[in-house]
Amino acid sequence: MISTILVIGAGQAGAQAIDTLRREGFAGRLVLIGDEPELPYQRPPLSKKYLSGDMAAERLLFRHRAFYDEHRVELKLGSPAVRLDTVARQVELANGERLDYDRLLLSLGAGSRRLTCPGATLPGVHYLRALADVAPIQAGFKPEARIVIVGGGYIGLETAATCRNMGCEVTVLEMADRIMNRVVAPTVSRYFSEEHSARGVKIVCDTRVVRLEGRDRVERVVCADGSSHAADLVVVGIGAIATTELGRAAGLTCSDGIVVDEHCRTSDPNVYAAGDCTNHPSPRFGRRVRLESVDNAFEQGKTAAFNLLDRPVAHDRVPWFWSDQFDNKLLIVGLSQDYDAQVLRGDPASRSFSICYLKGRELLALEAVNHSKDYMAARKLIAERACLDPEKLADVRVALKDSF
Amino acid sequence: MPKIVFVEPGGGRREIDAPVGITLMEAARQHGVQGVVARCGGACACATCHVYIDPAWLSKVEPREEMEEGMLESAWEPRENSRLSCQVHISADLDGMQVTVPERQRLD
Repeated sequence: MISTILVIGAGQAGAQAIDTLRREGFAGRLVLIGDEPELPYQRPPLSKKYLSGDMAAERLLFRHRAFYDEHRVELKLGSPAVRLDTVARQVELANGERLDYDRLLLSLGAGSRRLTCPGATLPGVHYLRALADVAPIQAGFKPEARIVIVGGGYIGLETAATCRNMGCEVTVLEMADRIMNRVVAPTVSRYFSEEHSARGVKIVCDTRVVRLEGRDRVERVVCADGSSHAADLVVVGIGAIATTELGRAAGLTCSDGIVVDEHCRTSDPNVYAAGDCTNHPSPRFGRRVRLESVDNAFEQGKTAAFNLLDRPVAHDRVPWFWSDQFDNKLLIVGLSQDYDAQVLRGDPASRSFSICYLKGRELLALEAVNHSKDYMAARKLIAERACLDPEKLADVRVALKDSF
Repeated sequence: MPKIVFVEPGGGRREIDAPVGITLMEAARQHGVQGVVARCGGACACATCHVYIDPAWLSKVEPREEMEEGMLESAWEPRENSRLSCQVHISADLDGMQVTVPERQRLD
């Protein structure tokens, strides 16, 4: 008999699990535990419309408070879980409260990778992951304020675009030879580099930050080649690390994330995990993955909820991602590793194009820049393991869905 | 505050107070309207907040943009009066509008 389910982590995966558990008829005690004081909210707008002030905090919430009352969800927000005992099936919170469970879901998310060079902890050095991180960055939005972004990934570039729109002087420092090098094709990197440059963002690649300097707060960022970039504010976006500590300390198997099977089960039979904190199998791609993805968190949260109720459902999704930078929308579907050919559809100069990744003739992934039609078609084709004709693919007069 | 009537899959009717300025999707989600999945949270990146607008109200709703058009093409059973509810902002003109949520959203 499952009478109490605890969900630790009040992000996308945790919020979705709560929703599904109640929707599927779980009538027992349901507790949602979160580090942050806010009701569960969406993170993607934090580097975009929320940072720019175009979206009020109220609009970030998944649900109003009334929803949780109505569905008898006990909210324990602002007091992180600090200890998990899988033998006693008990969780202890930072405020000393102890909660027993029959089943537990860990939806702990991921944390920002930290800069470790000298000066990294100076005031004025920020990360962007939680709601509370936003106001200190906004406080630096003054005309001609010099903002240095360390890292040319999604968060760095979205933040760069927003800061530039707010009138700041923005420099992005990227260690690799091109921005977003881990997630997109060189053609897409080039396109976004040009878009940022045209808007006045300075992008410097092949550069490694070695030191942050300043008297009372950060004043400049120094790179390995000796170059120095004046900074009133620094935002660091150099990747994320799965939050696993609670599980690891309790003895759960972890390896670049909390290891789960396709049913979101961890190495303990009463503990499940979902979202960015997990390392899970991808049946479609035939290997284990750890994803930082809204859709994955949502789907795993939902799948975990079914399995928590002993209704076996397997998680098998084609992942997708998006990024908004200035007026460009980048839509990515699938995983591009192990491809053997890239096919360009359309002309980047037209500001709307896509890149297809093929293994043999099978479509593995697609990156669409301002091209929702190709992206939507690709979601279906990738899930179906469709084999396509590269010549037709390269011809934009042929719809992607007809490129067999 | 404008009222919007949502017809949920299965026929349930929900009358909701929707503040001006937020989107139709946000109004639906905050009140837990069934069938408006809104996976991407309003980024026009997933087509899971697809709804049908009562044809009598179509002229009062902002027109579709190109990105939305491309998304809708692959939505679940798109029609002439299809919209992604995340792209429709609530205005005073929409007070009383009826919106029908499709039987399904495309979730692949």
